[in-house]
Amino acid sequence: MYRIAEKKILNPYVTLMEVEAPLVAKKAQPGQFIILRVDEEGERIPLTVADYDRKKGTITIIFQIAGATTEKLNHLNKDEYIHDFVGPLGTPTHTDGLKKVAVVGGGVGCAIAYPVAKKLHELGAEVHSIVGFRNKDLVILEDEFRSVSDVMKIMSDDGSCGEKGLVTDALRQLIEAGNTYDEVVAIGPLVMMKFVAKLTKEYGIKTVVSMNPIMIDGTGMCGGCRLTVGGETKFACVDGPEFDGHLVDFDEAIERAAMYRDFESRKREDTCNLYKKETT
Amino acid sequence: MPNMSLKKNEMPVQDPRIRSGNFDEVALGYTEEQALDEAERCLNCKNKPCVGGCPVAIDIPAFISRIKEKDYEGAYKIISESSSLPAVCGRVCPQETQCESKCVRGIKGEPVAIGRLERFVADWHNKHSSGAAERPAPNGHKCAIIGAGPSGLTCAGDLARMGYDVTVYEALHLAGGVLVYGIPEFRLPKEIVRREIENLKALGVKIETNVVIGRTIEVDELFGQGFDAVFIGSGAGLPRFMNIPGENLKGVYSANEFLTRVNLMKAYKDNSDTPIKNSRSVAVVGGGNVAMDAARCAKRLGADNVYIVYRRSEAEMPARKEEVHHAKEEGIIFRTLTNPVEILGNEHRFAEGMKCVEMELGEPDASGRRSPCVKADSEFVLDVDCVIMAIGTSPNPLIRNTTEGLITNKHGCFIADEHGLTSREGVYAGGDAVTGAATVILAMGAGKTAAKAMDEYIKNKK
Repeated sequence: MYRIAEKKILNPYVTLMEVEAPLVAKKAQPGQFIILRVDEEGERIPLTVADYDRKKGTITIIFQIAGATTEKLNHLNKDEYIHDFVGPLGTPTHTDGLKKVAVVGGGVGCAIAYPVAKKLHELGAEVHSIVGFRNKDLVILEDEFRSVSDVMKIMSDDGSCGEKGLVTDALRQLIEAGNTYDEVVAIGPLVMMKFVAKLTKEYGIKTVVSMNPIMIDGTGMCGGCRLTVGGETKFACVDGPEFDGHLVDFDEAIERAAMYRDFESRKREDTCNLYKKETT
Repeated sequence: MPNMSLKKNEMPVQDPRIRSGNFDEVALGYTEEQALDEAERCLNCKNKPCVGGCPVAIDIPAFISRIKEKDYEGAYKIISESSSLPAVCGRVCPQETQCESKCVRGIKGEPVAIGRLERFVADWHNKHSSGAAERPAPNGHKCAIIGAGPSGLTCAGDLARMGYDVTVYEALHLAGGVLVYGIPEFRLPKEIVRREIENLKALGVKIETNVVIGRTIEVDELFGQGFDAVFIGSGAGLPRFMNIPGENLKGVYSANEFLTRVNLMKAYKDNSDTPIKNSRSVAVVGGGNVAMDAARCAKRLGADNVYIVYRRSEAEMPARKEEVHHAKEEGIIFRTLTNPVEILGNEHRFAEGMKCVEMELGEPDASGRRSPCVKADSEFVLDVDCVIMAIGTSPNPLIRNTTEGLITNKHGCFIADEHGLTSREGVYAGGDAVTGAATVILAMGAGKTAAKAMDEYIKNKK
């Protein structure tokens, strides 16, 4: 059992938790993920490591309430326990030798993009961050990004914060303004990553994306997380989760992510109804 | 006077029409009467050929003699001297190619039903015995075991009985390895696995779940933590695919994923949070025990048609005869001499058909089996909306990639000598991680051999 040492509501849909998992915290690096199970009947879900504190022995996770499991997780409070928590899994982000990088985060993906930006900043790279949200109520980690970025752009769908437009608009502007990046790191919804990769391909800029497909064990056992990358099948859990964005078959990944959509929405509704019953 | 019947006592089973709709155990086990009658078929041979056929060398005639005396607990003690998981082996061992294949009674008629008797004894013990196992006196040395599957648990049990302080590290949230994620409930109830593991814990074995060796902790760190020797029983968990078009469509599973969803995550139960696709027509590709398990699970989940698609003929199938027989009884349709070439999808990328070719058998290949060749103009489409690939697994690369000096062969299997010693001092390995995908009992045998070697190594080091 793994204690929730801290819980913060970042916006109505996104929650941060610091979880006591000393063995995981000792090893975790940006780009890696963990798998958790909320309770004994729970499913296993992967969540990317948002931060870690080796001294306190905690791992920070930031999740969007999207299905039954995240709904249940969000109902746990500080000092309550998560049943299972295993990691760190996957390969860490490669940051060696990068001098100037554009980090693009979309929605809750910013939670994963931030530690990458932070590490690049600590290594002395020039970091340009572009973060996008639907509207101002959904903004997360703004100050954190600002503190590690040389250039910071906030984009929103409705213009209620930062500039109105897509992250790709901002990225194009920065590139057109003469910025030459060693690499672009894009982490967010699949559609966003697809279009960032499409844009950077035009300019020939190497682009890394972080994939978060459906998986069970996270150690290479189930193969449920397979993706087509450069025409070959890869397992996101062991070969990734980060891949060359120009080689990923996003259309396939988008379809695969929707495999259990009906089940998930039904389960989520059941879970919500349960909580409603408890409170009435 | 021994029972000279040429036939073994039949095992009572659930009616196929009923059982294909539930996940309860298929084989129901001998009654006491049946067990006593069957035990009388054993001639108690002096040279005990059956023992030589058992990978863990259980003293078979001795435990059967105890049954004859109705000393079932005594019989259990004899089995446990050699086997850490008697109730499991009595169910899943391929006895027909091991102990029973050497039985003298098999020369004329059927061999003694050794496996069924073993199961009877283990079930009797689990039902009647309450006393916890005696904890041996500690010898002051620590051993680490990687993987709580059959080889790791056996190695752990043997070392604990010798007085070692044993910690087993398991990547999943539950101990048991293939016994919990792979073999279905109807063939091996998970309650039995849980009990066997409780028995090991009573011996003092510690089990740390949610620890991935190679990620959470590395092998070299274990030595730094005071372990004198390490056993790697990480299995062969990486699924193989055929690399044919359409394999990444939705509704195409590795057998590992399909079985893990059903068995470990209990997707067949309504209250499980883990989804599984509702399928109308399922093709399972492969001819081994895993393929049979997947097909029988698919049937129980409610598919109208379940096919076994295998490129050779039934005679070459690696699955146990009993599994094939049970599958057929449950209505699984066998499409042998058939090989998939492409999986077809609909506009939402869900599988909706499997293009296959018919095969014919040619000359025997390197494995001695006749190799299948494609029959000309035989292409056809099998109407399926789910495909499960059960064509084998390879060892996981995590440990070999994070441990210096551990040598593996071209298949990624650890190279170990006949005692289980790898290329690293103090590091032993066994089970599927060494042999590639094999059986539960062979893995247990390897765990046992390694435990002995680890004990000698540690004693000599002192």
